[in-house]
Amino acid sequence: MVDAIKVFLKSLIRLPKGGMVFYAWVAFLLVLIGFGLSVYAKQLDRGLIITAMRNQVSWGFYIANFTFLVGVAAAAVLLVIPAYLYQFKPIKEIVLFGEMIAITAVTMCILFIMVDLGQPLRILHILPKPIGMMNFPASLLAWDVIVLSGYLLINSLLVLYTLYRLSVGKEYKLSLVLPLILLSIPWAISIHTVTAFLYNGLSARPFWNASILAPRFLASAFCSGPALMLIILQLMRKFSKVEIDNKAIFKISELIAYTMGINLFLLGAEIFKEFYSGGIHKAPLEYLYFGLHGKNLLTPWMWASLIANITAFIIFLIPKTRENFVTLNIGAVLIFIGVYIEKGLGLIIPGFIPDSLGEIYEYWPTNTESIITIGIWAVGALLYTLMVKFAIPIYTGELMAENRAAAQKAK
Amino acid sequence: MSKKIRSNPIGIKLNRRTFLKGAAAGLAAAALPIQAAEAFSWETFLQKHFKEMTDEEIKRVIERLEKEASLEWRKEIHISAAKAKPGVKFGYGLDLSRCIGCRKCVSACVRENNQSRTPQVHWISVLRFKKGEKWIDLENSEKYYNPKLVPEEGHFYMPVQCQQCENPPCVKACPTQATWKEPDGIVVIDYNWCIGCRYCMAACPYGARQFNWAKPNIPQNEVNPETHYLGNRPRDKGVVEKCTFCIQRTRAGKYPACVEACPVGARKFGNLLDPKSEIRYLIENKRVFRLKEDLNTEPKFYYFFTGWQV
Repeated sequence: MVDAIKVFLKSLIRLPKGGMVFYAWVAFLLVLIGFGLSVYAKQLDRGLIITAMRNQVSWGFYIANFTFLVGVAAAAVLLVIPAYLYQFKPIKEIVLFGEMIAITAVTMCILFIMVDLGQPLRILHILPKPIGMMNFPASLLAWDVIVLSGYLLINSLLVLYTLYRLSVGKEYKLSLVLPLILLSIPWAISIHTVTAFLYNGLSARPFWNASILAPRFLASAFCSGPALMLIILQLMRKFSKVEIDNKAIFKISELIAYTMGINLFLLGAEIFKEFYSGGIHKAPLEYLYFGLHGKNLLTPWMWASLIANITAFIIFLIPKTRENFVTLNIGAVLIFIGVYIEKGLGLIIPGFIPDSLGEIYEYWPTNTESIITIGIWAVGALLYTLMVKFAIPIYTGELMAENRAAAQKAK
Repeated sequence: MSKKIRSNPIGIKLNRRTFLKGAAAGLAAAALPIQAAEAFSWETFLQKHFKEMTDEEIKRVIERLEKEASLEWRKEIHISAAKAKPGVKFGYGLDLSRCIGCRKCVSACVRENNQSRTPQVHWISVLRFKKGEKWIDLENSEKYYNPKLVPEEGHFYMPVQCQQCENPPCVKACPTQATWKEPDGIVVIDYNWCIGCRYCMAACPYGARQFNWAKPNIPQNEVNPETHYLGNRPRDKGVVEKCTFCIQRTRAGKYPACVEACPVGARKFGNLLDPKSEIRYLIENKRVFRLKEDLNTEPKFYYFFTGWQV
């Protein structure tokens, strides 16, 4: 235990030390965060009137980003299953970094909710009595608070435990963490399911009130999360001493082929049902893909998203292209963009178009919303960078070796 | 010409540097009142949920809120916490064949309930439809019609406001129980407990809930000083509001403002539990329907047709 603390402290001390690239990257992120903060201060002062949200479309870019990031948090579980349960070695080694993505994504989710609130100071009202008045079990938002904070806790514990074992040069004891891991898998699925149900349960919004919503949610999450992992793993391999087996990367891209296939199938099923039966509830889908009463702000984006997803699906389906790093990276970026549109604005806005009294108010984020959003993404990037930088010397055993050498010298 | 502009009214000549200093001080001073008005107060921060407070606590909170509101609006503002009367469940009737789309109800509602004038907040939306066209899915409705005279040839109108559902989806959605159904059937909001997440707005099938996107702005002389804690007291930015059947009036035995304002008598109001009330009469004797009945929200807002045309 003492050894572990020594190693942790050492890594912490080394955290602010780095090369030019590191400093430039951190400075860049800090500038973005600064812009975001200053614009957020303005939003606090003047109210959400400086966003493009109105009574007709009462949720916008912030909630869109929140929804997308709940999906990204899935990356962890997809890696956890083969790593811990099937002992698939190459992935087992990188599962730590996947769990860190989950921590980052959930943190960003919380920030996106905070900036969307009209009265952020009252956030504690959402806790159970006696502090707040949590509306559990009636409100799905109360459920979401529970599953998201639980997911954050589980992943933090797993990361801390893994780092602790690594710092003393041992593999983790499966018997100790297994219950937590077994819990983390359904839990990760639950954060998606609950978030999907949050929209799904509203009979006032026909676009969301379709049973296919939750499955589609999961399928697209299991594409975008791993796609992000693919890119981050390659970056880590390049900028640090961490060795990541090609096998792990190719396995993840194979998984993406399956999940994107399911995602596209579910989308097709939804489009068929709405357009073939042709009831009035097809209006939101019509708005997305063809425009409604001449209003079509999102149409080009939706088609771009569809084309990106189909192209990526083909890339990941063919073994030759998914095992070639050029095409693989193109595919990963395409999926990230495709799912970001589809599951961000493409999911939130049509819930409100047409609105419940039949009005069409076209929403597009203002600069305020964009700058605050970029700020939160920068917070996420900074958090992940620092976590990885903290973990890498422990992960490679560098610090442990130093520690042992020092101990021997003392003897 | 340029000299004239530069000289200030008191006649003291300023050099550029002093002017800049003064400008900076002025700007800082201009920023101060904003901060003072929104000063953080522990009392407000720690205020409990309305239903969790004892009568004594409610009295003290209301005293503080009255003082704050009176200071802000420069007139004495009263906040009542009158409770629901036993044996009362309010219901509303709207005669679609009479409504002429004049929107007098809207403006009466805005004045009575201290809704923001800029940006405009309306608790009632009047929808205009072309006769003979599909209308029940509301998609062909027009909310922003603006003719010289109403009613317009070939059109009819349907006002929509909070339907005071017996099974309100908004109450189910609210994560903090800041909105609930009172014993007399009115769905209310504690404006000091609402966190402004707007989940209730997504849940409402009737577009009844309005958000204060900015600080409400009302001409000082138009502020209605007779208010209710759960109704028309002045609100802050960042919270949701909605029609409360004029809780401040109806609990005191008066009609809602919209009922009184309607020039053609299209609006009816009464106690659903009283078999001799007007609302009961029309439910039992007219052909009534409720909006989006397929959603099982059980509105206490009945639309009907007398067949009598204006």
